[in-house]
Amino acid sequence: MLNISKRTDGKKLTITVEGRLDTTSAPQLEEIVRGQIGDSETLVFDFEKLDYISSAGLRVLLAAQKIMNKQGKMVVKNVSEEVKEIFEVTGFCDILTLE
Amino acid sequence: MSDDIKDLNIEALPENLSQVMEYVDGRLESIDCPIKVQMQIDVALEEIFINIANYAYQPETGPATVRVDVLPEPLTVTITFIDHGIPYDPLAKEDPDITLPAEEREIGGLGIFMTKKLMDDVVYEYKDGSNILRLIKKIG
Repeated sequence: MLNISKRTDGKKLTITVEGRLDTTSAPQLEEIVRGQIGDSETLVFDFEKLDYISSAGLRVLLAAQKIMNKQGKMVVKNVSEEVKEIFEVTGFCDILTLE
Repeated sequence: MSDDIKDLNIEALPENLSQVMEYVDGRLESIDCPIKVQMQIDVALEEIFINIANYAYQPETGPATVRVDVLPEPLTVTITFIDHGIPYDPLAKEDPDITLPAEEREIGGLGIFMTKKLMDDVVYEYKDGSNILRLIKKIG
């Protein structure tokens, strides 16, 4: 189960993700990122209610980070301890900006 | 502490991942596995099952067996995946360089790398025409 909501505020796009980001659900997030990112200068992911992430989810985050490195910045907020461990194990802590 | 719960025999298809997770998570909940460890195991089993679903029988599909064994003192879970597809040792793959900046990072190989990091042991063997992969994790 994955719920995604988005909010645009000028050049800032906030994407809130709830549930499980796995092989089955990651394409939904990828579609929203690709469709909505446009010329956003700030992309915020709010992961407060994200329970689970696998490499399929990391793939989407890496693609988004590569886009935002060219046109602005990306921030990942409210990461749970469990999800943070996945970022640490994979070195994503060094790629992503966690807040 | 062996048990009589049957193996899960399932078609190795990506869309069957949720059934595999439900099966394994059900077993983990029955032994009061902490949520954090359950998530680590879920990540590992997703990577292994999806690998089998995507590659073992390509371009056909075929069956996979998933078995959960629990041993006491120290409480340890072993999850065994068996398929009869082409011989493939996922552990033979070189680890990705996780110190590279985003632009140079590739996602390939990251799933197996995470699996190795999150489990206490991952063991592969090819025996009697079957790929057998075991994830071993101490609980608590």
